[in-house]
Amino acid sequence: MLYFSKLRVFSVLIFTLIISYFTISNFTKVDDEFFSKNIKLGLDLQGGSYLLLEIDNEPVITQRLQSKVLEFKKFFKDKNIKVRNFVIEDKSIIFDVENSKIEEVKSLLDDDKSEINPYFQQYKSHQFNIENMDTSFKLEFSDYGLVLLKNSSLDQAIEIVRRRVDEVGTNEPNILKRGNDRILVELPGLDDPGRIKSLLGKTANLTFQFISSSSEESFGTEKLSFEDGSSEAIVSKRIVLSGDNLMDAKPTMNNQTNETVVSFSLDRVGAKKFGKATSNGVGKRLAIVLDGKIISAPEVREPIIGGNGQISGNFTFQSATDLALLLRSGALPAPLNIIEERTVGPDLGKDSINAGIMSLIIGFILVVAFMFYKYRFFGLIANLALITNLFLLVGILTLFEATLTLPGIAGIILTVGMAVDANVLIFERIKEELKNENNSIVAFDSGYTKSRTTILDANITTLIAAVILFFMGSGPIKGFSITLGVGILTTLFSVYFIARLITAYYVIKNKHKEKLI
Amino acid sequence: MKTIYFNKFYKSFNILSGILIIASLVFLVFKGLNFGVDFKGGTLIELRTDKSSANITEIRDSFNQMNLGDVSVKNFGNETDFVVKFEKQNSNDPQFIEEIKTKLSNSIGTVDFRRVENVGPKVSAELLRSGVIAIALSLAAMLLYIWIRFEWQFSLGAILALFHDVIITLGVFSVFSLEINLSIVAAVLTIVGYSMNDTVVIFDRVRENLRKYADVKIFELTNISINETLSRTIITSVTTLLALLSIFIFGGEILKGFSLAMILGVIFGTYSSIYIANPVLVSLKVSQRTIVKEEKE
Repeated sequence: MLYFSKLRVFSVLIFTLIISYFTISNFTKVDDEFFSKNIKLGLDLQGGSYLLLEIDNEPVITQRLQSKVLEFKKFFKDKNIKVRNFVIEDKSIIFDVENSKIEEVKSLLDDDKSEINPYFQQYKSHQFNIENMDTSFKLEFSDYGLVLLKNSSLDQAIEIVRRRVDEVGTNEPNILKRGNDRILVELPGLDDPGRIKSLLGKTANLTFQFISSSSEESFGTEKLSFEDGSSEAIVSKRIVLSGDNLMDAKPTMNNQTNETVVSFSLDRVGAKKFGKATSNGVGKRLAIVLDGKIISAPEVREPIIGGNGQISGNFTFQSATDLALLLRSGALPAPLNIIEERTVGPDLGKDSINAGIMSLIIGFILVVAFMFYKYRFFGLIANLALITNLFLLVGILTLFEATLTLPGIAGIILTVGMAVDANVLIFERIKEELKNENNSIVAFDSGYTKSRTTILDANITTLIAAVILFFMGSGPIKGFSITLGVGILTTLFSVYFIARLITAYYVIKNKHKEKLI
Repeated sequence: MKTIYFNKFYKSFNILSGILIIASLVFLVFKGLNFGVDFKGGTLIELRTDKSSANITEIRDSFNQMNLGDVSVKNFGNETDFVVKFEKQNSNDPQFIEEIKTKLSNSIGTVDFRRVENVGPKVSAELLRSGVIAIALSLAAMLLYIWIRFEWQFSLGAILALFHDVIITLGVFSVFSLEINLSIVAAVLTIVGYSMNDTVVIFDRVRENLRKYADVKIFELTNISINETLSRTIITSVTTLLALLSIFIFGGEILKGFSLAMILGVIFGTYSSIYIANPVLVSLKVSQRTIVKEEKE
């Protein structure tokens, strides 16, 4: 165990130097992307906001079922099958078929090549599950149909979330999918997530609908309240134009009224629709509805043909900017709820880093002093291994751009405390061997050999805990498991390559000395 | 070095451990654990006030007036720092935190919100579940590892020692109502690793000595093995404790609970390797035949 070939010594040194370089690169500035890597700080250290959003898919399911009902009606009409009593109830579609056609409808819906109820070969599942009782059919989304729907609404939502966050212009936001109905948003450096939260909390469904002349709610109209809660109005359900046709929106100043407004421009289809509706509706009031609330309802004085318009509504410059941003980025397919939020202010982050580094330095000094006191010269070897270990650990974390969190720093300090264990096991074993063995080279060699399985056992147990934490933990805890796990690997390297190398040189040189350790 | 007769005290310490475990279980069942917002849901705000004279009752009173459910206010490190926890978590109102800040500023002067954590009921239930799964999984993984590496008698000893450490550490948290959050789960998992590590070192030696001395009774043999590994046990636990104490004292308030749990775990882990794991081998009458038989198979 004490023999090292020249090649091995050389490669150990090169490896150590290269990895250690990346530790140092945290403190230097180099004009090269690869060589100027810095360790990534977690949100708890650099400050920032962590938001977990969940899509409320209920409205999407209802919407999809409604459009499916229309499809069904057309489909059966084309096939000359009479169906009636369509209802959407409890997330399923229910309808009746005439007696003679039950079997035909069944086969139309249940067939692998069904046009209306697609079959997904790879998942062995239709889009809808069918239940049939006499003349009544009940269809509800199959598990896979639901997954498909959720995935598509998640994909849409994440795109809109990204646009909105990008428009606000925060530092390197991190936006990720979580499961099939969640989105994780990490916003480093943001200590007040209020604005982002209010932007992400809005679906931003914009519609233009005429205010009805009647004062009672009836078929085809609905009662909506104004944004400021001041009053209500009866609005026609017919949507003149929706936000989908919007090309651009920006906050501007209306010169006549000296009011902040949001001006928008429409695409060609939208401009045409809008022109036609406003031509027919001169004199009527057109309500501008956002997420079920009326922003304002100006009177149409003349047809608006050019495809440009303005939305007024007691905006401040900030609220007009936000509305324009929402309209530009488009509507979310479904409302998002914030189910978890963690925000750390930048000065707490700085305090945490300082406290972490302080305790690392003090812990390190205490351990180093204790090892020197216990083992003298061999304590120095163990300490050198410990320093190398730290350089390797931080270097690897930097190289792989792992995220360092406060518990992660705790993991490094813990590694400092536990890393000496392997060297202690070896040194104690060598002491025992020296009692029965006069040849110190042999004693050292067997000390290393005999302690090897124990050291492996001891480290594997800790590694198991770290790996499980890595897969089960979230955020800062993951950071802890990374430093703990990587720490074990660098510990083994520094003990078996660095410390053993120095020990070997020393022992071979001083083999005739009494009481080596 | 002088031999210490650990084995003389196997019985008395086993009784002590038994009492501690039962007491811990009683506390865990009847008093329960003080779960933080991670596992219970709700809101946590760490705030810093402008003046050091800010009174904890003043802060509590102004929070109580805001209708936030159960409010708890604690001093957090500095005189000017406080941690406020309450049940309500209304993340869908983007102005929720802002409004609290305004109201608070009106009653006690300028405050700085240094940290805000807001966890909904669904997420906290999931975090709790994954925490429990993580601990259970790691115990199972340790069991599997030790079962592969050692004979079943050893596995039983190591696992009992493990349960001993985890239960008593949690018991201490229950007795003193210390907060259980995500980092405590990490600490418990590390304790599991450390306790196992410590036991394995002694067991490796026991097994080696079983091969060496055919005629030494296991009662004596465990004591020899404990003594032979004793200086390693002490040095490693001292260095680990030095590192942990340094986190506890200098690492800031956020890491206090985490490092405390680890410190307790290291102390119990070191103790249980000697006084739980080894007596199990003695009462199972492990002998040279135990390992020889297994090795022949």
